[in-house]
Amino acid sequence: MVVIIDYQAGNLTSVVRSFKVLGVEGEVTQDPDAVARAERIVFPGVGAAGRAMAILKELKLDQALKKAFDKGVPILGICLGAQVILEFSDENDNTPCLGLIPGRTRALPRQPGLKIPHMGWNTVSFLRQHPISQGLPESAEYYFVHSYYPSPAQENMVLGVTEHGITFPSVMGQRNLVATQFHPEKSGRFGLQLLKNFLAWDGSYAE
Amino acid sequence: MLSKRIIPCLDVRDGRTTKGIKFRNNVDIGDPVAMARHYYEAGADELVFYDITASSDRRDIMIDVVRHVAAAILIPFSVGGGIRNLQDMRAVLLAGAEKVSVNTAAVLDPGLIAAGARDFGSQCIVLGMDVKKVEPSETIPSGYEMVIHGGRTPMGIDALWWAQEGERLGAGEICLNSIDADGTQTGYELTLTRMISEAVSIPVIASGGAGTPEHLCEVLTAGHADAALIASMVHYGTYSIQEIKDYLHQRGIPVRLHW
Repeated sequence: MVVIIDYQAGNLTSVVRSFKVLGVEGEVTQDPDAVARAERIVFPGVGAAGRAMAILKELKLDQALKKAFDKGVPILGICLGAQVILEFSDENDNTPCLGLIPGRTRALPRQPGLKIPHMGWNTVSFLRQHPISQGLPESAEYYFVHSYYPSPAQENMVLGVTEHGITFPSVMGQRNLVATQFHPEKSGRFGLQLLKNFLAWDGSYAE
Repeated sequence: MLSKRIIPCLDVRDGRTTKGIKFRNNVDIGDPVAMARHYYEAGADELVFYDITASSDRRDIMIDVVRHVAAAILIPFSVGGGIRNLQDMRAVLLAGAEKVSVNTAAVLDPGLIAAGARDFGSQCIVLGMDVKKVEPSETIPSGYEMVIHGGRTPMGIDALWWAQEGERLGAGEICLNSIDADGTQTGYELTLTRMISEAVSIPVIASGGAGTPEHLCEVLTAGHADAALIASMVHYGTYSIQEIKDYLHQRGIPVRLHW
């Protein structure tokens, strides 16, 4: 059973569909009690950090997520979900975020000839072993759409990196939390393998 | 490094895929869901569907196609053609498309881009542009004019200005189609593509004119395009996506090689 958090941040159709391919019916919910009870949580989302945090607070999902994280429930953050788990975001004027892991979300630096948003397939190079990357090539392409990137405070939280103007963390992990800046649900069979790994993961990870 | 995307385009009429030459003489070449699955497995980076169904009451057929395509592939795809308002956008996105492409409706009502970006996010709003080369004039200083209704109606709007305006309104991407090159298979409109791509910071997908892998190579280098739309050259089996990507890879263009 997977609980997929719906905080009105984008279309969840493809996330639900990908789990269905793996034979799992995701429970899409806005209910903080359902999140607090969950055995496994997917925290997706696209959009802006400011609005996302406002809605998470209004629906009391911020507290529910913190509780679930403290309990050791496996959590997968995707895209915006990989950003608002940090302490602050540069988006919308230094938005205070969930602070599940230390660090902040920063804007991809603009450079001449560099397209922002970073949209399309780009290479993820895994730096560290993690149950989430089992069976995946050391480097392969995944689908990205974003203008900001997560920058965790500690280097050992960075599981994988990607280059777009700068080299940025594209996969993070700490304790029972993993997060991808890319969209595994839109990234073909490698993305699907990552989701499958997440379903099999018990949430333990020794950094 | 960010890969250049290779995007097969499927024109869909009454639930079937067609390919037209300069928007006329459409011939039926297949089932869009089966073709989507085929291209997904063959290494397409993304797909584009254009609904060219004439009557509006057939919209349900397209939503049904979108739903089946979404269940068959795990890569992004966009849907354009006949998207007139927020309800149309919502229906297509909820059926499983990642992006909607607005063209005629955006020119007639630019507020639609802003409203779509606000409700669904810029990343799902593609500004589709059909462009025709004209004599530069006071109203069309770039020499490229916006046309709508599938290429039939010139609008007196400068394409360069409109691309920048679309970005300002919140489009996350531009799909740039040259009416002059469309269906000719003699190469993309490089001057137009480069001009638009350099004028905006959002990605530009080049469309119209692809006939050989060399054409893609040109538009992704000299044309400064971020992605290339292809149709006939793969629909009729002249080239496979693997062949195209191998060709581009050998010339140093970053493409997704593992899928």
